[in-house]
Amino acid sequence: MPTNRKYYRPYIGPCDPCPPIRVKSYETPPQLYLGFQPYGLKQFDPSTALRKGTLWPALYAPYTNPYEPREEEE
Amino acid sequence: MSKTLSEEFYRLMEQLQEVDFVLVELTLYLDTHPEDYDAIKQFNEFAQKSMVLKQQIETKYGPLQQYGNSYSGYPWNWDQPPWPWQM
Amino acid sequence: MWIYEKKLQYPVKVSKCDPMMAKFLIEQYGGADGELAAALRYLNQRYTIPDKIIGLLTDIGTEEFAHLEMIATMVYKLTKDATAEEMKEAGLGAHYADHDKALFYHNAAGAPFTATYIQAKGDPITDLYEDIAAEEKARATYQWLINMSDDPDIIDSLSFLREREIVHSQRFREAVEILKEDQGRKKVF
Repeated sequence: MPTNRKYYRPYIGPCDPCPPIRVKSYETPPQLYLGFQPYGLKQFDPSTALRKGTLWPALYAPYTNPYEPREEEE
Repeated sequence: MSKTLSEEFYRLMEQLQEVDFVLVELTLYLDTHPEDYDAIKQFNEFAQKSMVLKQQIETKYGPLQQYGNSYSGYPWNWDQPPWPWQM
Repeated sequence: MWIYEKKLQYPVKVSKCDPMMAKFLIEQYGGADGELAAALRYLNQRYTIPDKIIGLLTDIGTEEFAHLEMIATMVYKLTKDATAEEMKEAGLGAHYADHDKALFYHNAAGAPFTATYIQAKGDPITDLYEDIAAEEKARATYQWLINMSDDPDIIDSLSFLREREIVHSQRFREAVEILKEDQGRKKVF
């Protein structure tokens, strides 16, 4: 199972004015990997499906804010 | 004018949202998988469930659709709140 | 024709009076990758695509209108009882001066909706690639909106909408595969 989020370390310049975010991320959700959806994939029950926004766990990719609160000291 | 909406209304509405969401998902799936027999069977089962639920809601809370897809009460009760954004 | 249904696709809830969030959400109402642009884009492409894809464009295009109504619901609830002063403080003074609380088809920066948001090249593969890109751009927009909200109920609805972009993207990708197939050849699973 591929992960839905990838990370990279951006270049940090000596003259960057803001405290650096050392690790940045981007999303790689399941439609990038699934290919033509096969028949008979496992389903969520109707209530869960509505809550999650899809009927199929194979297409479900939850998202959360990737920013962490700034730490006071470096 | 507006009656206080009972918990039952919200409960029924959410049940309909659940059933109809399965139908949305199966519709898009079948658009690209027109020969998946099991999915079509499931689609028809849920279409039936949706019809029963809609009828149940409309009898108590008024029409969900217009242009004759729902029956009207007397007086004409299409305008009766809540509209979707008021729920 | 189209039949309206007096029901939201998803039970949208808003727990915090936060007109500033409404200012940002309007991006998905009248912005380049918003729900209106999506609906119009897909429904308009139906006339020049092979028959096997018309159903999909019709159904996704129609679902986009349900999403437009979800966004409108959130904006309505977020601004309904805000005073002129609160609108001003939320950065909505310029909006209020022209529209009061009326929704308007513009993006978060106030640029009015334009038909140039919608591409229609008439080449089926080109148009479907456009659609896949549109879904990914809308998904990204929902991510940035989620990052700016601290209302769990708003985040809940936005997460639903973001997930729908994933599913739509999947179906458009499948539509490309269908068009790539040789005519008359059977698919084997």
